[in-house]
Amino acid sequence: MRIRGMGVAALVSAAILWGGAGWAQSGEETTVPAAAATSASTAISKSTADHSKFEILKQNFKSGPEVTAACLSCHTEASNQVMHSIHWKWDYEQPETGQRLGKAHTINSFCGNVASNETRCTSCHAGYGWTDVRQPAPADPARVDCLVCHDKSGQYTKQDNLAGNPPLDPVTPGAKTITGADVRPVNLSQAAQSVGAPGRENCGSCHFNGGGGDNVKHGDLSSALIHPDLATDVHMSADGANFTCESCHVSDKHVFAGSRYATNVTNPHPDMAPGAARDVASCTSCHGEKPHPDTSVSHIKLNDHTDTVACQTCHIPSFARGGVATKTSWDWSTAGRLDNGKPISMEGYTQGNGKHLHTYLSTKGDFEWGENVVPYYAWFDGQVEYTNTDHTIDPSKTVDINIIHGNSEDPKSRIFPFKRMEGRQAYDTEMNRLVMSNVYGPTTDTAFWTNFDWTKSIKAAMDYAGLEYSGKFDFVDTHMYWPITHMVAPAKDALSCQECHSQNGRLANVAGIYMPGSGPGIGGKLGMVMVALALLGALGHGGLRLMRRARGNGGAHHD
Amino acid sequence: MTDTATTPTPDGSAKGNIRCVLVYPAFNRIWHWSQAGSIFLLMFTGARLMGMHQILSFETAVTVHTLTALALLLLWLFATFWLFTTEAWKQFIPKTEGLFRVMRFYAWGVFHGEEHPYRKSYKRRHNPLQALAYLAVKIALFPAIWVSGLIYLGYGLWDDLDNASFLLQIVANIHILSAFSIAAFVVVHTYLLTIGHGFLHHIRPMIFGFEKVELTAEEEAYFMADMPERLRTPRH
Repeated sequence: MRIRGMGVAALVSAAILWGGAGWAQSGEETTVPAAAATSASTAISKSTADHSKFEILKQNFKSGPEVTAACLSCHTEASNQVMHSIHWKWDYEQPETGQRLGKAHTINSFCGNVASNETRCTSCHAGYGWTDVRQPAPADPARVDCLVCHDKSGQYTKQDNLAGNPPLDPVTPGAKTITGADVRPVNLSQAAQSVGAPGRENCGSCHFNGGGGDNVKHGDLSSALIHPDLATDVHMSADGANFTCESCHVSDKHVFAGSRYATNVTNPHPDMAPGAARDVASCTSCHGEKPHPDTSVSHIKLNDHTDTVACQTCHIPSFARGGVATKTSWDWSTAGRLDNGKPISMEGYTQGNGKHLHTYLSTKGDFEWGENVVPYYAWFDGQVEYTNTDHTIDPSKTVDINIIHGNSEDPKSRIFPFKRMEGRQAYDTEMNRLVMSNVYGPTTDTAFWTNFDWTKSIKAAMDYAGLEYSGKFDFVDTHMYWPITHMVAPAKDALSCQECHSQNGRLANVAGIYMPGSGPGIGGKLGMVMVALALLGALGHGGLRLMRRARGNGGAHHD
Repeated sequence: MTDTATTPTPDGSAKGNIRCVLVYPAFNRIWHWSQAGSIFLLMFTGARLMGMHQILSFETAVTVHTLTALALLLLWLFATFWLFTTEAWKQFIPKTEGLFRVMRFYAWGVFHGEEHPYRKSYKRRHNPLQALAYLAVKIALFPAIWVSGLIYLGYGLWDDLDNASFLLQIVANIHILSAFSIAAFVVVHTYLLTIGHGFLHHIRPMIFGFEKVELTAEEEAYFMADMPERLRTPRH
């Protein structure tokens, strides 16, 4: 918020100077100092540096690292900062569980694992040429990719199988970028001269395309957020707050607020004024603990909810909105089916923006997709534990790839929405552990996407990662939970009370809460019996009176 | 002085004159009918909150239920003040005298053409069973529903207690059980209006305030001298 505040201040000063310039030009009397009027005779830039004027950037760069080396000649500490971030390390020690997490270590229910598939997976690494995640990312400061975050020319991209390197002239025919587009040669010089603060396209080029395509992974992060309408995202829409990612995910020394491993569901700095700068990307950081104005009974009641229910639960009624579907199910066990030795591909789903999506690929198995998906709800304290390759699983049950911590008794937990990804993936039937697989490798005889042979694929990945493996495998059903926090809807689209306050409402499966409206309960049932007896008594008594009166025996009605 | 007939009481003795008297003053009637209307509204919205119907949105039901309850609570405070300052509270003191006869009438006499054994008097407009029932409602059911309702409404003030959800569940169940008990009371209360001279006959005094009751000679003299506006030539 501090950054945004400064931005507003800069805009205001720019507007004042602009106005001054206008007056000066129209020849009217003005109190604007002559110097200011002169320097403001053309539009002034917000930044104090125009990178297109730097001599060092006016060269014919031959590679990404050459550009980075030029950046570092002025921004001497930038690479060191980046190399301390999770964007670089893909390695994270969870402070509460002590687990070693990060992309270099965890298993997910999408492409599985990075190890042995590097050049494909590290295409989204914020660096160049990390080809072995068993080792830390390269130590050379020039291997940091400044452009993927700072390019403003719009033509910089990374090829999807070059370990983070951009497609350069001459490009490989048929190759794709990390956003799935056909490659075009990147003009590194143009990109270097364009640099600026990261925009949605920069962050989105990786984060919107996790899991191998637009919105495949998160469900609430898709290309729909580049130019969203108000109904899709009030914060990012130009008709709304027009935020960039960094408006909430504030950064400090190239480290960004927000995490899927250990996050803040609540505001750990309630003493700070709403909107004050802090390193926490939670709703309450700006909106406070009592976000609804106390002007009506329902608002007061809603404010009562904030210590139980996360803002997202009501204000993100569904995810994968705005026309881009998310993958809801991925069954690896059916992968490998061939038609006369040739891979099959089926496109059985058409998403809101008209694009056809795969529902079967020989390389990946069966998929299901969903738009406007109702989230799964669970208590969440921000802490996430992973079922890694060293965990024993129970294959007779659905395995949680990640375990969401939190419960109703914990004051830091809130009921939070999740995308619950359904998977079916390989495990070791002797050791009851999830296994890794080698899927990418166009020239190897082990990669599944090339050879369609699980036996070789799993063995190769487990050997590569140095993990014990019995050689016997099968497939197990899995769930993976993705916190839903983006795509906040306009207030009018927030959930109405009865979405939860009803029988079998949205929170019916959440433990440890009493939900008014979910049914009569013991008091209600007893009460209904009592009223029924009173009615029966009255009917019986009245009926008897009527019968007696018909027979002329009175009924105590006289006039 | 058209209707000054002396009517025998059930035990046969003549006690006083039947006169048409303002038994239910304006505040009394306003109290009764606002209470009746509020209780109906509370039942209707409460049933919505429990999920028994979906005619209103949950949000509207919460708003109407809360505001109606608070308004009724205010009225209840006024009524309590009124009851104790006007001595009207004495109407509700339970008495066992005649209780059995009334119970016997509802269980037996009413089917055999007997007259209701109770005669309203100015100071005692409820029969013994009625007074007992109303007292029970006033000292048990109403406090139960108010107290549980206020605790329910104030959940935000105590939701940081351990087991707050479980306690809320207990409070809610007490509230709902009290509400159904009041509903059962309303059923029986309404049904009993059909006994005797009929539904409208019983409702009319609660609307216009006047009812034929037995006045002692002293009471009659007092009304004629000090409050003649409270006496009226009865419409028969």
